[in-house]
Amino acid sequence: MPETATDRLARLLTMVPWLVARQGIDLDQAAAELGITVEQLETDLRLLYLCGYGQMPDELIDAQWENGRVFITNADTIARPLRLGRDEALTLMVGLRALAAVPGLGERDAIERAMAKLEQATGASAEAAARVEVAISEGVEADLLADARRAVEGHRRVHLRYLVPSRDEATERDVDPMRVVNLDSRWYLEGWCHLAQDTRTFRMDRIARLDVLDVDGTPPDDAQLRDLDAGAFTPRPDDTLVTLLLQPGAAWVSDYYPTESVQTAADGSQTVTLRTADTLWLRRLLWRLGGRGTVVSPPEVAQVVSEGAQAALAAYGADADPPGTGG
Amino acid sequence: MSSPTGPAAKTERLLNLVLCLLYTRRPLPKSRIRAVVPQYGDAVSDEAFDRMFERDKDELRELGIPLVTEDIGGAWDDEVGYRIDQREYALPDISFEPDELAVLGLASRTWAHASLAGPAAQALRKLKAAGIERDGDSLIGIEPRLGTSEPAFEPVKNAVVGQRTITFGYRTGGQGGVNSRTVQPWGLASWHGRWYLTGFDLDRQAPRVFRLSRIDGDVTEVKKAPAYAVPADHRAQEMISTTVGEQPTRTATVKVRADRGNSLRRRATGSNESGEWTELEVPFSDDDGLADEVSGYGADVVVLSPPEVRDLVVARLRGALSAHTGGAA
Repeated sequence: MPETATDRLARLLTMVPWLVARQGIDLDQAAAELGITVEQLETDLRLLYLCGYGQMPDELIDAQWENGRVFITNADTIARPLRLGRDEALTLMVGLRALAAVPGLGERDAIERAMAKLEQATGASAEAAARVEVAISEGVEADLLADARRAVEGHRRVHLRYLVPSRDEATERDVDPMRVVNLDSRWYLEGWCHLAQDTRTFRMDRIARLDVLDVDGTPPDDAQLRDLDAGAFTPRPDDTLVTLLLQPGAAWVSDYYPTESVQTAADGSQTVTLRTADTLWLRRLLWRLGGRGTVVSPPEVAQVVSEGAQAALAAYGADADPPGTGG
Repeated sequence: MSSPTGPAAKTERLLNLVLCLLYTRRPLPKSRIRAVVPQYGDAVSDEAFDRMFERDKDELRELGIPLVTEDIGGAWDDEVGYRIDQREYALPDISFEPDELAVLGLASRTWAHASLAGPAAQALRKLKAAGIERDGDSLIGIEPRLGTSEPAFEPVKNAVVGQRTITFGYRTGGQGGVNSRTVQPWGLASWHGRWYLTGFDLDRQAPRVFRLSRIDGDVTEVKKAPAYAVPADHRAQEMISTTVGEQPTRTATVKVRADRGNSLRRRATGSNESGEWTELEVPFSDDDGLADEVSGYGADVVVLSPPEVRDLVVARLRGALSAHTGGAA
């Protein structure tokens, strides 16, 4: 979606004070930290250069970015950022309150101080934000969470008994824990898995047992944490490219899994392509979707979905006398 | 120079307007504003200027910019002037300690892949505008992330925060149809990874909980609806956890093949091995939820009871089969 004129104004009103406080910042670094491209930043600076509280030269903002360093002067009128908007205040307040509810977090004091200052800065918005709540502390035993965090902080290796639902297996493995994350209210432990010889993400509600070992658990130097903001799965380019047709009721799939492309038809159905190495999870997904999702290609994948569904139906048919027969 | 009517020109015009209204100590009359902001010179007539200026004022106020109208008339007329109060405009000068910025950063990144990612990043940037942060990376060891993939999230959030009565189509559980609901929103909460709206259902004249993913189509504000108050003791999460009762209240009997159905085995309250299959007693609350899970196991798990869940699984498998064998979906 292209940025509207008012969205851009709001962004500029935040960008100017930020740059004013960082005179001479490197152009590339500024763009990266502001989350925009260098071209966009240059376009913005050119626009600022034309603006002022009047049109006399001494009334205009002066923006310079030759030699790759950004200087903004004569911008005193907007040198302080605009107060936090309603959604802005809401995101921070709700986020802080969610953190405050995490069991056993040592930063409670910092959270409370930040919350008090934020309330002071936002006033009425803070009150409205109280009507939005987030529970991220559910679904995990406090002891398990505390043990996992202790292992991350103390660089201790852990032994896991872990259920792999996509293969429906219970596994035993040693892991050097690197991070505990919460995605959509679900807790995960990430770390270097000695079984897989790679970094792996473990859903904490599938950890049947976690023992903190008295062994150093520093992961190898080249162990890479995945980028959380890129989504829950990171496909590799050599994975199988699968095309799915999703009925409107199954459109959530394209939000949930990383896709290569999504085309939405007028009736709300979607044609989605995605890459995956393992098609077992895909089979499971398609059985669940009960016809609201179809593999368009490759045909081998469509084939295994249909064979699996047939075998499953046979398992029901073999059960000759279902209690309370339905339809 | 950019096109005089494009979005860049509009940003330029609005920014000039903000700058001159912030700079002035005395309220500026419209005639003065028209002279100072060069882009208003492009207006072809007085009416065109008036319309443009009215719209601009509204848009600035929508951004939260405190643009005020004050009477500047002398004895002879009642002309009004406009200005923006610096103190009202600017974020109060608050300095945050490094550990406070670290938790604020974490709070902001919670929304990094949700629809509020933009406001969350902007908010943090505003707080960090003044101070040069030292190493801002958090060493807290946990990283929460929220999703807001439900299309109803934005309009429902706005209605909750703005306390506005809304109406929407709502799908009831199972294969139930869609019916229209009119609700005074009280709260919005994410619980077990799903967003729920709590509020007073005007059709049913009772407090109700709605799952956002079951809202079908548009959420519309009810015009001229009477104002209402959110009960002082309302706690959205409490209401959701007791109403939705994700506490399993029923038990299904399923059979699983050897070494299969591990998640079900783990939750089972009873098991009985007989040859190739093990029979499990599995507590559950939601028919569709259990049917989804069991369908995913394919031929490795079979629901024996209750029959409605068994039927849901069979229907899913038949649907998947027919969708992949050329039959009609």
